[in-house]
Amino acid sequence: MLQGTRVKNTIEEIYQKAVTALSTAANEEAVNQISVQYLGRKGYVTLFLRNISQLPPDERRFAGQRANEVKGLISSAITAAMERLAQDRGVDRIDVSLPGRTPEIGSFHPITQVMNTICEILGKMGFAVVEGPEVESDYYNFEALNIPENHPARAMHDTFYVSDSVVLRTHTSPTQPRVMEKQAPPVRIIAPGKVYRCDSDLTHTPMFHQVEGLLVDEGISFADLKGILTGFVHQMFDDQTTLRFRPSFFPFTEPSAEVDIRCVMCRGKGCRVCSHTGWLEVLGAGMVHPAVFENVGYDPLRYTGFAFGMGIERIAMLKYGIDDIRRYFDNDCRFLRQF
Amino acid sequence: MKVSINWLKHYVPINMTIPDLAEALTMAGLEVDAIEDRYAYLDTVVVGEVLSVSPHPNADRLRCCKVDAGGEILSIVCGAPNVAVGMKAPLAKVGTRLPGGVLLEKTRIRGEASCGMLCSETELELGLDRSGLMVLDGSFLPGTPLKEALGLDDVVLEIGLTPNRPDCLSMIGVAREIAAIQNINITKPAVSVLAAAGPLPPSTTITIEAPDHCPRYSARVVGPLTVAPSPFWLQDRLRSVGVRPINNIVDITNFVMLETGQPLHAFDFDFLAGHRIVVKTAAQGEGFVTLDKKQRTLTDQMLMICDGEKPVAIGGVMGGLDSEIKDTTTRVLIESACFNPISIRKTAKTLGLSTDAAYRYERGVDPGGTLFALNRATALMVELGNGAPLGDIMDADFRPAPQPPIHLNVAATNTLLGTDLDSEKMADFLERVEFSVTSRDDQHLVVAIPSFRVDVTLPQDLMEEVARLWGYHHIPTTYPAPPATGPKDSPLMAVRQRIREILVGFGFSEAINYSFISPESGDRIRLNADDPRRSHVTLLNPISEDQAVMRTSLVPGMLETVQRNVSRQQSRIRLFEIGKVFFPQPGALLPVEREMVIAAWTGPVTDPVWHTRERACDFYDIKGVAEGLLKGLGITAATFTACSDDACQYTRTGYTASVFAADGKVIGQVGEVDAGVLHSYQIRQPVFIFEFEGEALAAAMAGTPQMAPIPRFPATDRDITVIVDQDIESNRLIEKLLAFDEPLVEQVSLFDVFSGDPIPDGKKSVSLRVVYRSSERTLEDEAINALHRDLTHRLIAVFDADLPM
Repeated sequence: MLQGTRVKNTIEEIYQKAVTALSTAANEEAVNQISVQYLGRKGYVTLFLRNISQLPPDERRFAGQRANEVKGLISSAITAAMERLAQDRGVDRIDVSLPGRTPEIGSFHPITQVMNTICEILGKMGFAVVEGPEVESDYYNFEALNIPENHPARAMHDTFYVSDSVVLRTHTSPTQPRVMEKQAPPVRIIAPGKVYRCDSDLTHTPMFHQVEGLLVDEGISFADLKGILTGFVHQMFDDQTTLRFRPSFFPFTEPSAEVDIRCVMCRGKGCRVCSHTGWLEVLGAGMVHPAVFENVGYDPLRYTGFAFGMGIERIAMLKYGIDDIRRYFDNDCRFLRQF
Repeated sequence: MKVSINWLKHYVPINMTIPDLAEALTMAGLEVDAIEDRYAYLDTVVVGEVLSVSPHPNADRLRCCKVDAGGEILSIVCGAPNVAVGMKAPLAKVGTRLPGGVLLEKTRIRGEASCGMLCSETELELGLDRSGLMVLDGSFLPGTPLKEALGLDDVVLEIGLTPNRPDCLSMIGVAREIAAIQNINITKPAVSVLAAAGPLPPSTTITIEAPDHCPRYSARVVGPLTVAPSPFWLQDRLRSVGVRPINNIVDITNFVMLETGQPLHAFDFDFLAGHRIVVKTAAQGEGFVTLDKKQRTLTDQMLMICDGEKPVAIGGVMGGLDSEIKDTTTRVLIESACFNPISIRKTAKTLGLSTDAAYRYERGVDPGGTLFALNRATALMVELGNGAPLGDIMDADFRPAPQPPIHLNVAATNTLLGTDLDSEKMADFLERVEFSVTSRDDQHLVVAIPSFRVDVTLPQDLMEEVARLWGYHHIPTTYPAPPATGPKDSPLMAVRQRIREILVGFGFSEAINYSFISPESGDRIRLNADDPRRSHVTLLNPISEDQAVMRTSLVPGMLETVQRNVSRQQSRIRLFEIGKVFFPQPGALLPVEREMVIAAWTGPVTDPVWHTRERACDFYDIKGVAEGLLKGLGITAATFTACSDDACQYTRTGYTASVFAADGKVIGQVGEVDAGVLHSYQIRQPVFIFEFEGEALAAAMAGTPQMAPIPRFPATDRDITVIVDQDIESNRLIEKLLAFDEPLVEQVSLFDVFSGDPIPDGKKSVSLRVVYRSSERTLEDEAINALHRDLTHRLIAVFDADLPM
């Protein structure tokens, strides 16, 4: 019993000493020392607990219980002492309004961004991206697309010539025969890339970008063309955008269509951007001409398909409110960083 | 093409508003680009009443008038002899642009103020009387807009026709479409063959020696007639669509062309030697003076209209100066011919000539329409020129057989269009635009093609007719099933995108430069004489000399962009570009196209900021980006080695590294741009660049990374500082340490390089930190120390290095 009391006194004494020491601790360092002194690996409480096994069996339970309680109490007292010191010292402040150390971020060219969006939308619709050469043979750029020499449609293309039989591609359409020559139907591809026309003024740059699309299979109809392009426009702009399909002419499609959307600037009321027509021409399209199928060895009686193409610069102008097509290739950092 | 609504109304009633008509035409494939008020120039012209007339103090022939313009009294100086108090005349107010092009401004005429102009008929193009002011009805109120007073009302549509629709290059052609839209008929002008009033010289003949170029040549002679100005109605018609009147004969040929689409040419018949027309190709190199007084050199591919001795016109393109209609002409031969479109196109292109006639012939003129136009013109010349037809119509006709009817399968049409139209409906649409359906049942139509529809040769062409006349908006919208297998993109797409993402993340903005550069670029970036980048793919018809060849390097374009930015006070620049370069490939049709990546960095590393001292970027900044790019692409085994001096062309010698892939192939270059090159681009600050070959990067990329275990045991590091020769590339020390292939060496990094006192001249001290770790146990200090000493000594031995004092 006497021994029990001694044990009790010992642990209570440790506790009291710890409390006293903490109450007079002048700084965090002193508190940390006290913490080590009592609760550390060789601290009083730790040693007491370690030696409990040497106590008589009937005292062990009580001593262990109390020692653990004391351990908890000292631990709380340490926290309290720390808080008291922090309070005494007052609050330390930094100027949080100073700019942070921001790693600089660059920007994707707006043409790239629009091109990526187009490829993403059409990719989800099952179109695979293919690419073709920018310096192209007259055959693929014109002949295979049913544009023979001296066809008036050639006047629609101000062509850069490298030689009599080699041109800078005037559109991304040459990828159509290139792909179809290599692959049996079904075909579902898009072809983004640079194209060239020798025309340079306020609204034309001699280089620009297009995305071409081609879908060929059995039973593909003009109604399907309308469906795919409507779906595309609704994702590209917004799903309230009104579309208008109207007859047009491309030598490699028949029937051919021009696709207009309601002006995204004025919502059809008429403004400078839409030349006061309320409509913006964004896509050319049509059912693949049988002559094109014959040129690549497809059976035009069995397969039908549609093709479409769009100019990226124009769509990017609408999307970002860009006022001058020449800015794209001027590469002013103040322009590029905005996107 | 411009069409006047008033003119069109002669052939077809218009039962819809102009905006609705324009919309309907657009939706039928005749895109209306603009709707213009024919009389917009009269917007500021009103009825004026002359209140007083007094002599001009400084000019005998001028008068000073007070004119009531309705609510305001204007002072007007007037020179017309018939000006009188109380008369009403058109008053063009300040701001009016007269048809002749003059803009009226507030002015002083010989010292007297004049605020506008009282006008004659000719000055307003409202009549032919030029003798004095146009006298208006006394009942008009002053100030009434002249258009309203005279009921002047016409709208001109500008139609952008696609090249497949030459049939619409005429009033009748457009009227036919308007009739089809409204489902009514058109009325063509009544034309009959006038009997000859006298004989032709017996020698008069028409001979076609080149029927491939000219399948039909119809002609008739009219005379004697008087060449004079056209009556007002004819001048007005021509002006309404922007054609300048010349004289009655020329105006009639223009009028009939605009009405029917058939180009006509009028020759002075008495100028034609032997009164003969011979249609044949020119002699190579032959000279000829055209109507526009220009000397032309002909080729043997060009079709000429000749008389008995000499050429008199370039067939279908332009007449000759000598045979043109003159005031003294009395007999006229009217040509109404059909030429081969390809022949005309080649000729017009070779001569650089574009005329209304050639424009129509290139696209295809109705071979069945020559006589209609000829008779129409004959009748008008008889009427307006007081002439008479001489002899009969001459018609040399080598037309090929008309194309056979097209069989249109109803089901195939519905399948292609996605529609459900019956054969009756399809036939109706086709008949509205004058196709004749010669036989029909539920499944098939047999359709005869009118000769003016030169564009229709296939069933698909008829399907388009059905679709456009029904209206594309009536075709349903359906969605084809997606493919069973997902799309597989071109592999470079993903690499390119990854490169962009990494570089954008490093603070670089993407630029796109033109693919064409100046042929001088090779000199400007100081390429060696034998550098393959000096041989270009050259454009035959460049926009300018600065853009005459396809680029073989992205460097010139990027430096130009840097220069442009610097010149605009943008001196802190981080840009990159991904684009193709082009190399001629002997023996192959097409050049080799190779994708390149370039990045450029110039100026301070950061904007002025509080936390970092400003410093200019340097070689190690751009190299770090290059290393980061490679790391981001999963290319870990690339090495950077000093570029040999002769290989540094546009980059500074000693400040350029070549980048090698694991297989030893060069994949790129990093360096500071040579000062001379910068000077040639007028850039006055250091620029650092790297270039990589796109496909080489793609090839060097590792496949899918496989996870390595995360270490379970702690690492220990030890430092080595050695003193080596200055010209030893520091990284070789790291490579060598790793190459010892000691399994416990996990990583080696270089944390300090120093030269100068106390390090001896020609030497430098290099400090390396070696990280040791075992995957099986915690390493004991003693073992590591021993290993570290061993590695240090091996390193010293390899590089003949010293330890620091």
